[in-house]
Amino acid sequence: MRKTLGLAALAAVLACGGANAQQVNVKIGVLSDMSSLYADIGGPGSVAAAKMAIADFTKDHPNVKVEMISGDHQNKPDIGSQIANQWYDVDKVDMIIDVPNSGVALAVSNVTNNKNKVFIVSGAAASDLTGAKCNANTVHWTYDTWMLANGTGTAMVKTGGDSWFFLTSDYAFGHALERDTAAAVEKAGGKVLGKVRHPLNTNDFSSFLLQAQSSKAKVVGLANAGGDTINSIKQAAEFGIVKGGQKLAGLLVFASDVNALGLNTAQGLTLTETWYWDANDTNRAWTKRWHEAGAGSTKFPTMIHAGVYAGILHYLKARVELGGNPEGKAVVAKMKAMPTDDPLFGKGTIDATGRKRHDAYLFEVKSPAESKHPGDFYNLKATIPAKDAFRDPKDSGCPLVNS
Amino acid sequence: MERVLDPLTRKPSALRAHGQTIGFAVMVIALVVAPFVTYPLFVMQAMCFALFACAFNLLIGYVGLLSFGHALYFGWASYLSAYSAKVWGFPPELAILTGTATGAVCGLIAGSLAIRRQGIYFAMITLALAQMMYFFAVQAKFTGGEDGIQAVPRGHLFGLIDLRNEMAMYALVLVIFLGGFMFIYRIIHSPFGEVLKAIRENETRAISLGYKTDRYKLVAFILSATLAGTAGATKAIVLQLASLTDVNWPMSGEVVLMTLVGGLGTIFGPVAGAFVILAMQFKLAPIGEWVLVIQGAIFVACVLLFRRGIVGELAHLLRIRL
Amino acid sequence: MFEIFGIPSQALFGQLLIGLINGSFYALLSLGLAVIFGMLNIINFSHGAQYMMGAFAAYLILQYSGLGYWPALIIAPILVGATGIIVERLFLQWLYKLDHLYGLLLTFGLALIFEGVARNYFGSAGLPYTVPESLQGGRNLGFMFLPNYRAWVIVASLTVCIATWFVIERTRLGAYLRAATENPTLVRAFGINVPRMITLTYGFGVALAAFAGVMAAPIYNVSPQMGSELIIVVFAVVVIGGMGSILGAIITGFGLGVIEGLTKVFFPEASNTVVFVIMAIVLLVRPAGLFGRRG
Repeated sequence: MRKTLGLAALAAVLACGGANAQQVNVKIGVLSDMSSLYADIGGPGSVAAAKMAIADFTKDHPNVKVEMISGDHQNKPDIGSQIANQWYDVDKVDMIIDVPNSGVALAVSNVTNNKNKVFIVSGAAASDLTGAKCNANTVHWTYDTWMLANGTGTAMVKTGGDSWFFLTSDYAFGHALERDTAAAVEKAGGKVLGKVRHPLNTNDFSSFLLQAQSSKAKVVGLANAGGDTINSIKQAAEFGIVKGGQKLAGLLVFASDVNALGLNTAQGLTLTETWYWDANDTNRAWTKRWHEAGAGSTKFPTMIHAGVYAGILHYLKARVELGGNPEGKAVVAKMKAMPTDDPLFGKGTIDATGRKRHDAYLFEVKSPAESKHPGDFYNLKATIPAKDAFRDPKDSGCPLVNS
Repeated sequence: MERVLDPLTRKPSALRAHGQTIGFAVMVIALVVAPFVTYPLFVMQAMCFALFACAFNLLIGYVGLLSFGHALYFGWASYLSAYSAKVWGFPPELAILTGTATGAVCGLIAGSLAIRRQGIYFAMITLALAQMMYFFAVQAKFTGGEDGIQAVPRGHLFGLIDLRNEMAMYALVLVIFLGGFMFIYRIIHSPFGEVLKAIRENETRAISLGYKTDRYKLVAFILSATLAGTAGATKAIVLQLASLTDVNWPMSGEVVLMTLVGGLGTIFGPVAGAFVILAMQFKLAPIGEWVLVIQGAIFVACVLLFRRGIVGELAHLLRIRL
Repeated sequence: MFEIFGIPSQALFGQLLIGLINGSFYALLSLGLAVIFGMLNIINFSHGAQYMMGAFAAYLILQYSGLGYWPALIIAPILVGATGIIVERLFLQWLYKLDHLYGLLLTFGLALIFEGVARNYFGSAGLPYTVPESLQGGRNLGFMFLPNYRAWVIVASLTVCIATWFVIERTRLGAYLRAATENPTLVRAFGINVPRMITLTYGFGVALAAFAGVMAAPIYNVSPQMGSELIIVVFAVVVIGGMGSILGAIITGFGLGVIEGLTKVFFPEASNTVVFVIMAIVLLVRPAGLFGRRG
């Protein structure tokens, strides 16, 4: 499990004795899905982002030495748990980052808590990570299901989509997403006209889409993920849902999914993300470097990859402030105490539950005619400020918050 | 290439007479030493899967029945063990017993349905039943769906020994594994086991001799499912989680792979196979993209060239039974 | 759930039609499997992967030669069928004398290899492939909106299924094939090249799978795992229909599509288990399958 990136530290004593001139040794593990469903959302792209973060940070802080290893949890909680245990016990890893797949993330969060290390979740969605299952060793970056539900739900109602029909994946994640979005829609003054639950990994959605069409709801909400979402979007295009005047809201869709679908099929889809590669020049320049760092030029970075980059930067800052080799809880406490500031997410904070807060954006997928270059996917529809985008810690149910 | 020896001059060698005992001794010594030289958590997991594979091998290697849905017993035992430990607060020994009992009950129900048919139909029924229980696991609340049951407490064995101590946990898993292994050994080398082998060789003849083969097959099926359940229940406590991976059909495929690679119909084969496959999964994790391809290539190679598996080839070479 | 009882007849007819469409895919795929099992006694577990290869071939043909859907419908099955022939010559021919088990395990291993390689080169998210221009849009039938492409799917599958059935059951070539599976030695003695027939038959079965893959590409997600998700259901269909029966595979495929469609209306959560429940029942009551010939 040794894909090491060792950067030599200048051992020379800094004459002016800056506050943090002592050597800081860090070992980071990028745990992701390298080979299956989420390989494009996280995967090798996350490793590339991590390399960039480490390179950028150590350039300015020569007294910091960072080693990085990576591993594939194959979307299996057993394997993820096993790797986390091994990395912490045997390989002396200090911090694990990424982990798309909520089941694996919950397992790794537990292990991290037991071993008192640090876990920064960029890839997984479960809002429980900063809710009922929160702990003092875990930070949840990038996004979560609450943000997705509220972002898309509330924002769409505000822009006119006030009647909804849900296509829900029939298991805990789908139910949770549907429940949270329905609550947000109703709170914003909209109505839920109906829902239909489909089994996980359904191939054919025609029957369910027919029901959505006949409900005449203004918005068809897709409370599902992965292959199910892609299939439902593809078939929705076939049945002319968007052409017929209904809007399609993808509750968990990434830029890589849009890439896979093609703009012809995905046009008009509404979704919420917290980072978009083509939003400004900084992001575009970062993306160019990301391609060069080994991510492959046909893919585009997702917000997950950006979260890996930003998360590592903030972690390393906290480590430098603390110096030495502190235990996990202390580092996370420091990360919460320091406001965040990175080139990709801008200024933000981490609240008491471990939830990183930053702005979220409601996007609509462009039509092929509007797209001027590869990767030109989105039109920005609305910006949701950080304080509204994420759940209030008081409502989280997290035992760390004394409410 | 068989060297044909003149039976008059062939002398029994010590190795041949006691091959299995020596093998057993080697295995026990290796497992006792292992936690001091390698990562204990890995060996514990490997032992759970080895027990699983041994249970599976009982059915395919000695009765001739290919079950393509063995993940059912492994996975559901794992769920019940995890749930009883976490939510009902069972101590670990009771949790594992609960899981074992789950395996037995599932085995009884599935077995009575599947035993009625043979060969490929038997395999397909077991697969169908396993798939149904997988979909049930996806939807049922108590299994935690995609997240699984997490943070299962290790607890205190008999109220005394804290199993968060890795060595204590290891000792328990070792005892369970060796117990299960020796139980299977006793089954195979008993009159009951001889009847099973007779059924594998020629079921019609066994029936004509007066044996109620269906009953024998059902009992073997239940035993196999029970032990698979023990393996799953123990794994839930060791790794402190139970998830959908344990009930899904790729898990059923993996146990077939382990047994095939190790050697169908040999006692030690499944153990070797489990360790090899698990080690491969972890060593290859950094190039995770290729794990699937390599597993497939191993399947193909084993079926075409290497049908006896590792232990089988070794036994063939040394001309002993392992 | 949307409605349980008293579903308006309009909605019901719509769902039945959709069930027929899905049934077309089941029928096409189980036809290929039934042909291969019936003729070769091999349980082709890599059928799902070969279906996936057909869809990928269609995508690649578009990428590299600019040829679209209609040429791909012919070229992709030929290409993938050719790989099937290679597989048969390289691997399968050594297994005919052994237990069914080994053929199953070998093709299972091959399926893993195909899927793994596809994942490595193309990622898991899926590739875009659109409905051909000539088949886009649809017509409003009154009780539902029927996309033209879906209507085409029914027509094409029915044609291919009936044509295949006809060739095997009613022509001389088919008679040779059927005779060769029952008594290869005798048939060889008559001067017929049995091994070559077997190889070509396997290739044909694989080509059928690839054909289904090309048909699926515009509407289902073209991803490396598209086959493994479908293969278990297709096996259930073949077992229900009777493992050696061509007619059984076709009728059961369409029938199960309809039943699944109805389940999606009345009890959607169970729609992917209903096939297995039926399979378990059929196996207990009539183990050879509804139309099976082999006990």
